[in-house]
Amino acid sequence: MDEFSRLSLHVPEPAVRPGDQPDFSNVKIPKAGSVPRPEVDVEPETIRDLAYSIIRVLNREGEAVGPWAGLLSDEELLSGLRHMMQLRAFDARMLMAQRQGKTSFYMQHLGEEAVSCAFRRALRKGDMNFPTYRQAGLLIADDYPMVEMMNQIFSNERDPCHGRQLPVMYTSKEHGFFTISGNLATQYVQAVGWAMASAIKNDTGIAAGWIGDGSTAESDFHSSLVFASTYKAPVILNIVNNQWAISTFQGIARGGSGTFAARGLGFGIPALRVDGNDYLAVYAVARWAAERARRNLGPTLIEYVTYRVGAHSTSDDPSAYRPKTESEAWPLGDPVLRLKKHLILRGAWSEERHAQAEAEIMDAVIQAQKEAESHGTLHAGGRPSVRDIFEGVYAEMPPHIRRQRQKAGY
Amino acid sequence: MARMTMIEAVRSAMDVSMGRDEDVVVFGEDVGYFGGVFRCTQGLQAKYGKTRCFDAPISESGIVGTAIGMAAYGLKPCVEIQFADYMYPAYDQLTQEAARIRYRSNGDFTCPIVVRMPTGGGIFGGQTHSQSPEALFTHVCGLKVIVPSNPYDAKGLLISAIEDPDPVMFLEPKRLYNGPFDGHHERPVTPWSKHELGDVPEGHYSIPIGKAEIRRKGSALTVIAYGTMVHVALAAVEETGIDAEVIDLRSLLPLDLETIVQSVTKTGRCVVVHEATLTSGFGGELVALVQEHCFYHLEAPVVRVTGWDTPYPHAQEWDYFPGPARVGRALTEAMEA
Repeated sequence: MDEFSRLSLHVPEPAVRPGDQPDFSNVKIPKAGSVPRPEVDVEPETIRDLAYSIIRVLNREGEAVGPWAGLLSDEELLSGLRHMMQLRAFDARMLMAQRQGKTSFYMQHLGEEAVSCAFRRALRKGDMNFPTYRQAGLLIADDYPMVEMMNQIFSNERDPCHGRQLPVMYTSKEHGFFTISGNLATQYVQAVGWAMASAIKNDTGIAAGWIGDGSTAESDFHSSLVFASTYKAPVILNIVNNQWAISTFQGIARGGSGTFAARGLGFGIPALRVDGNDYLAVYAVARWAAERARRNLGPTLIEYVTYRVGAHSTSDDPSAYRPKTESEAWPLGDPVLRLKKHLILRGAWSEERHAQAEAEIMDAVIQAQKEAESHGTLHAGGRPSVRDIFEGVYAEMPPHIRRQRQKAGY
Repeated sequence: MARMTMIEAVRSAMDVSMGRDEDVVVFGEDVGYFGGVFRCTQGLQAKYGKTRCFDAPISESGIVGTAIGMAAYGLKPCVEIQFADYMYPAYDQLTQEAARIRYRSNGDFTCPIVVRMPTGGGIFGGQTHSQSPEALFTHVCGLKVIVPSNPYDAKGLLISAIEDPDPVMFLEPKRLYNGPFDGHHERPVTPWSKHELGDVPEGHYSIPIGKAEIRRKGSALTVIAYGTMVHVALAAVEETGIDAEVIDLRSLLPLDLETIVQSVTKTGRCVVVHEATLTSGFGGELVALVQEHCFYHLEAPVVRVTGWDTPYPHAQEWDYFPGPARVGRALTEAMEA
């Protein structure tokens, strides 16, 4: 008789499934203001706890508390609120436009608006993001024209990508937004390369890489940490943990213990977890990491703990894999409502002004949509030329592509 | 003019390019202090400093991925994958990123990188140091693919590749690193110093990407080859006495179709030679193009001589590698058909 029984495979499962009561008892949330704020030149080994806690500024009452508070003025916070509201309104209209058949596909940010909108505020002109498909807030918060974003979504005659890219895969060098790939994690290591180049040229720009919780399983994530750590690249490595990689819960990529932030510890990279639904906390942590990078102190890894309220994309049905009311049970609340409450508490905002702003913002979004639609949508009106298929593969068109273009009649 | 091995020519191309343009950086596994396992980058770190020529972690995807990011910044990275066999972990970065960044961003971002890699067999490298993966790159729109056959071309083409605004795969046939090869493994490699193609200018010059070179004029048959196989083909032509024209493609993508068509139209017969495996190899593309453009001039079926459809064996390497005897039989077959 063998002393060992037969082996069995462990496959992690989320706590609940459709039909069950939502349960976030496993998300340990520290009190707002309870996590210390180290100096930016801190030894990473001394702040290992920050990879397991959650940095929070806004408490349940809407007050900004603790050592990470007090960095933003009323005016800055009001513009931050406006950015988040604009992104939410933009999403709502574009989601509807997709349902109306005006484009093939859309991905919204519902519940995650604070992450990209607040982060953008910590960057300067000349810095570069290498984003995923869920950081359009970087563009909105940098005043990139909504009409241009919509032209891209509609693949119309004014589409900056000339109809070649999936909707929401924007590009803007001018606004520090690298062209988005549908392939996961590839951009993360490219961000490290960009940051290394800036350091090689003794420049001042820093880079930010973006990845979702699921994509941290890709080998490029680990390559990125190796390169960032080895060369002390001036890069901020962002992990947006919104709990779900399409239908797969975050435990599949993470395993049963630790946090995503903790992945940075083995590389000697300072790693922080932050409440991703707290605009003030996100900004404070992003600014800390940006300052480290600008002072040539190297990379920082940040995990944003948040929740994807909407579907992964317009092709996804979350009710098939998680309880319908799960988003309402999310313990870190709604980023827009939390900042609104804080601003009202500060005396800088009111319910009336908020309702008025909502209407104004929606009106601006609708106006932008009208203008974009005047240039065409995916199936109606102006479209990019068929000639655009053949242009831009190389700087100079080689003979074999020229022959194919001519064969196509262009 | 100096006599150079292909290794020295490749090194000279990087040296000249780094000297002319401060945005050219060189990195990869072992390329910095040590100068590369084949010594292609020897001396570059000492000359240009360790931020322009440096060692990278053993992460091919990381090497190519960071190069792409550097290119997006505005640098011109020339990276080394230690052997072509090790480029597979970087394949995603090459094919779905480097190759498409210009297209998908409509030129907002570009990717002027060069990825160098020793390629091919004939040095007892076994399965993981002998592969010829060029067809995996030529199938990818947005990349350029170069395989030089001699030191002069290697330098001129590598300088062009570094100056090119798009991503270039630069496959260096390691069998030719120290001298040309006539296909007979029992004979020692003849040093490049005994060949005029070992004459390489020390300064800057470039060879346009996309232009083939006719290595031997002939009227009876056209042999299309690249890299090491150019030398094998020349030996086979000499041994059979057939008056064949030998085309050295130099650049596989873009391809000099005009030179191929002109030659086959003239000769009416064609043999394609490469080291890579037969099925879905680049030879299939060449045969298809010859059929499309020269069908009415062909007097015999086009014949392919390639490696077998197996992994590259170690002990039986010289039965795998197409030598002049196999190429010679194909030439005779094409002439007799």
